[in-house]
Amino acid sequence: MMSLPTPEDLAGLIFLGIVAVTVTGGIIAVNAARLIRAVTGLVICFIGVAGLYYYLNSPFLALMEMLIYVGAVCVTIVFAIMLAEPEPEKQVGKQNAIAGIISLCVGAVLFWSLAVLGTEKAMWPAASVKINDGSILDIGQSLLKNYSMAFELISIVLLMAIIGALVLARAGRVKS
Amino acid sequence: MNILGLSNFLETYLVIAALLFGLGIYGILQRRSLIGMLISSELILSAASLNFMAFNRFLAPDPTVGQIFTLFIMGIAAAEAAIALSIIIAVYRNYKSIDTTDLVELKG
Repeated sequence: MMSLPTPEDLAGLIFLGIVAVTVTGGIIAVNAARLIRAVTGLVICFIGVAGLYYYLNSPFLALMEMLIYVGAVCVTIVFAIMLAEPEPEKQVGKQNAIAGIISLCVGAVLFWSLAVLGTEKAMWPAASVKINDGSILDIGQSLLKNYSMAFELISIVLLMAIIGALVLARAGRVKS
Repeated sequence: MNILGLSNFLETYLVIAALLFGLGIYGILQRRSLIGMLISSELILSAASLNFMAFNRFLAPDPTVGQIFTLFIMGIAAAEAAIALSIIIAVYRNYKSIDTTDLVELKG
């Protein structure tokens, strides 16, 4: 008689699905012939990465990933594609075949060496004690205690980025 | 080793992050349009964040450090995307193209 799947098995199945979503989205993002499809692949990949964050005990970061990457960055890229539309007949695209093969080799070698380095060569010693459990409360407290300087600095960086983006996108605009 | 228990191992996440990084490098080298290269660089950034989160979950004594680092990476990536896209729009306005083979004015 077949036993019912345990909750851990279901969680493992969902994890495999999330990994498949991430990898598929990444492949679409780098291989699609049209830019708008590449952005769609990027959205799929980021949704998968948000699921991986959920499995890494951080639902807050998963929500932030959905909010910032899927909701803001990808939509901004879609707007840029709408504004800087490449000619439809000239398929946006790829380098010639030799450069494609070379870049595929470079990417594959980097992936393989990093994967071997991470899984076989290195011994990762786990921390003997955890000083908190990484909840949203702990994130907020250390963000405003230990990392308050970086927190203020990144707000300045974001302000500068907004002003700089406006200035750059306005420059050279002719009055019609 | 059970395949359904993969989510409890650090190495799983490291391999996924390495795969995303390799895809991003491949995309940057192989794309010819600037927006395609930007999309690939976002993949590389998310691979880096995934590594931080994995080490944070499994090895770090203080599990907030990696999450805060990933939050900062997200903020920097958003700023970078905004700046890069406005540069791309300015380039498009001047050259009527975002293809790197057309932007060769400085080529010797």
